[in-house]
Amino acid sequence: MDKVEKGHSNTQLDLLHEETFTRTVFGFWLYLMTDCLLFGTLFCTYGVLYNQTAGGPSSNELFSLKLVFTETMILLLSSFSCGMALLAMLKFQKAKIIGWLMTTFVLGAAFLFLEITEFKDLIHDGHGPDRSAFLSSYFTLVGTHGLHVFFGLLWLTVMIWQVITFGVNIETFRRLVLFNMFWHLLDLVWIFIFTFVYLIGVN
Amino acid sequence: MSQSILKKIQHEWHGSFKSYLIGFILSLLLTGLSFYAATQANLVHPNRTSILIALGICQAIAQLIFFLHVGQDGKSGYWNSLSLFFTILILIVIVVGSLWIMSDLNMRMMPDMSIPHTTTEKPL
Amino acid sequence: MFGRLTLNAFLHDFVQTQAVVGMVVGAIALVIGLTYFKLWKTLWNDWITTVDHKRIGIMYIVVVVIMFLKGFTDAMMIRLQQMLSVGDSQGFLDAAHFQEVFSAHGTTMIFFVGMGSVFGLMNLIIPLQIGARDVAFPFINALGFWLFASGALLSLISLAVGRFSGAGWLAYPPLSSLQYSPGEGVDYWIWIVQIAGIGSTIGGINFLVTILKMRCPGMTLMRMPIFVWSCLCAVILIVLAFPILTATLAMLSLDRTIGTHFFTVDGGGNYMMYINLIWAWGHPEVYILILPMFGVFSEIVPTFSEKRLFGYASMVWALLFITFISFVVWLHHFFTMGASPYVNAFFGIATMVIAIPTGVKIFNWLFTKFRGRVHFTSPMLWFFAFLLNFTVAGMTGMLLSVPPVDFQVHNSLFLIAHFHGMVIGGVLFGFFAAFTYWFPKFTGFYLDERLNWYAFWCWLSGFLLAFMPLYMLGFMGATRRLDHYEAETGWQFLFIVVFIGAIILFCGAIIQFAGLFWSIYNRKKNWDHTNGDPWNGRTLEWSIPSPPPIYNFATIPTVNSRDPLWEIKHGGSPPAKKEYEDIYLPINTSMGCFIGLFSLFFGFAMTWQMWWLAIISFVAIIVTLIIRLSSADKHKLITAEVVKKMESDQIRSQKSYG
Repeated sequence: MDKVEKGHSNTQLDLLHEETFTRTVFGFWLYLMTDCLLFGTLFCTYGVLYNQTAGGPSSNELFSLKLVFTETMILLLSSFSCGMALLAMLKFQKAKIIGWLMTTFVLGAAFLFLEITEFKDLIHDGHGPDRSAFLSSYFTLVGTHGLHVFFGLLWLTVMIWQVITFGVNIETFRRLVLFNMFWHLLDLVWIFIFTFVYLIGVN
Repeated sequence: MSQSILKKIQHEWHGSFKSYLIGFILSLLLTGLSFYAATQANLVHPNRTSILIALGICQAIAQLIFFLHVGQDGKSGYWNSLSLFFTILILIVIVVGSLWIMSDLNMRMMPDMSIPHTTTEKPL
Repeated sequence: MFGRLTLNAFLHDFVQTQAVVGMVVGAIALVIGLTYFKLWKTLWNDWITTVDHKRIGIMYIVVVVIMFLKGFTDAMMIRLQQMLSVGDSQGFLDAAHFQEVFSAHGTTMIFFVGMGSVFGLMNLIIPLQIGARDVAFPFINALGFWLFASGALLSLISLAVGRFSGAGWLAYPPLSSLQYSPGEGVDYWIWIVQIAGIGSTIGGINFLVTILKMRCPGMTLMRMPIFVWSCLCAVILIVLAFPILTATLAMLSLDRTIGTHFFTVDGGGNYMMYINLIWAWGHPEVYILILPMFGVFSEIVPTFSEKRLFGYASMVWALLFITFISFVVWLHHFFTMGASPYVNAFFGIATMVIAIPTGVKIFNWLFTKFRGRVHFTSPMLWFFAFLLNFTVAGMTGMLLSVPPVDFQVHNSLFLIAHFHGMVIGGVLFGFFAAFTYWFPKFTGFYLDERLNWYAFWCWLSGFLLAFMPLYMLGFMGATRRLDHYEAETGWQFLFIVVFIGAIILFCGAIIQFAGLFWSIYNRKKNWDHTNGDPWNGRTLEWSIPSPPPIYNFATIPTVNSRDPLWEIKHGGSPPAKKEYEDIYLPINTSMGCFIGLFSLFFGFAMTWQMWWLAIISFVAIIVTLIIRLSSADKHKLITAEVVKKMESDQIRSQKSYG
């Protein structure tokens, strides 16, 4: 935290901290917009290539709605628990914050585990990303989302450590707000994935 | 320093337990409906597809409002909403434009790769 | 251990070896110079670890100049080859090398010279024109620069180690697919562009927040200088378009590494989709390059006409209109790929429509000069060069926007002449104008005007001679990227003329380069004694000393109109009150440079498939980011007393020189 010189007022620094919060949140929102475009391009590619199965299996043969429903529920719950963590931050309840964050982590890790298992099984059966254009675009679209989840979990780990070490202060609050936005966006993108890729794909 | 400015900053974030609860319940409902619709055998494309897309969009809007707090009042809310609107607009242009272009090209240049069902016009 | 890198990669033919030797000698000379003048500490403290936007802007320009040398050399090689390689002669470059040269030329000029100029100018000028002390995210800004520099360095390394891509500056598949380009070239290209592209994206986010959130009190959006408006529109384009590039390059990379079938010939791949996506990015990209330059002219024309900009509101609407429409025209880059007349017509009409707001801007600049007091300074000269060349090239663009015409001249030298007219006539001349205009602000002295005039005439005449014949050649059937043609075509005479034009351009560039050093040598003679306002300017950057102090504004100004400095000077507004306050500035950091370095290793490792190095450097990037993003916000304090002293010292030193 900035040290304040003797005899100099706090108001300059306070204003700076407030401005940093507003700007950082807006800047991160813009980064999320770029992520929307990134996913949009991958969705678009999936839309063009989804029926290019090169003689291999298509979506209605490969996807399990039960698995996808489980994944969807897990991710939705993790979005909720993430919000709860931030609400606990408003009340400075350190133990609750860490509890909710760990819940979010477990749920996110479970989601990733299920997804990796799904990918592993597909590859094992010879339906890997190199089998056809359909599978290439499927693995890349869903895989990019999974990669975002992975980095989210990494970020979450760092946040848990930061809250344990530094408690609730301006920086940790700001960073958790950003993490929240990121995590919610992942759930948002997942809505489109399960709708367009899985639900519509399962003929 | 710190506590007063932290409290001030915290007020700039618009979350509340109520919004998260509503968002969660709505998402649960809409997800359930989507999966139900997907398993109904008597619902076929294009009706099924339209319903699924509509439900998906509804849930996205719900999560945008209740989880991401889009549309809230305040100095930050305006630019957030405007940038989201413009992003969605460009996304629609790029995605719809690309699908139109590629289906047209596939039909004319790679007949065996055409996306079925979308066009009935004869190639020129 | 070394992936697919072998000792063979270091062996090149005669011509390329010269280039590598030149580069290495230059690098060694730099190291020796830094050591001899004991500048390492200054380099580290004042430049490598800086987060000051003014310094970052200057570093961007330095990289631009270096990369311009490379790109220009590539261009001279193309001209020489095309002049010599007729009939029995094969010129001096074999076909494969020729392809690498024109691919490198385009990649260098667009991604490094073009984007570097844009980001350099934005860094230098935007905070000063909006009355801000810094940008929104100084670290992100620095990081964006180091990623840009990392991409540039990787492209220089590609000259020395292995071979560069021969698939053009956009690497269309199937040529760029693994099947037809199995070597490291296309991978070099992918990672060079990918790393630089991510730098551009985060840089764009930074300036979008800066412009929207950090304007001084009273500066509403409709009171901003048009340069800032044009940069706002450019960064909107960056933020929305670059992710498309990132995703598309990632897919191409996956095709080449793990065997996916996005753009392959087999397996259901669709390479037309690559062309579709790359131009969905590519068209906004050219507007990203030109809009800031339009903004530059919107500053220069009023200043040197002593008259306010005509039609401010229509300028803003034109910019916003261009911003949106630029996302709806991209198919005009591939009219001939085979889409139906409905599709082609839609995009053709949209392309014609986008010319309208550009026309509005040109007329506004002309109306600004009408009944104004016009000063023929160097920046104004560059405006005239732009006016002629960009407008002519724009009109050929209108021709090209008609699909049946485009079917005749697509991928011919007519197209090359058109886009070089836009890029040289628009972007490069705009950059030259900006450089001559704002040079005194950041150095405190003028560039030698006489040498500027010579350079201008060389560039104007050289450009006409080097590119007008290309329109003719295009109509005569000459395609682009030809490394050899038959004598019966009768083209050689025009290629000789074009080469002479290129020589004149080269002279112009030499005069500018020498002129820079000559001006520095003679700086006392050319000192700016006007306390930071050499051109009788209208906007806020001319209200602070030259060069600006690190905090830019001792007192944040309050504005109540457009052209705020003009209003203050002519009694429309009260002058700024001199009330000094404590100023907090961000502290230096080396993390941006380190992340750039790790990115360089990552790009090199991915190119040569040294997977262990790729993993290590990627982890290093993540670890550095985590360290940075876990540390507390730190600032350095400049107290009000120190500010007061710095201000009076500056005034004293300005008066004492010369």
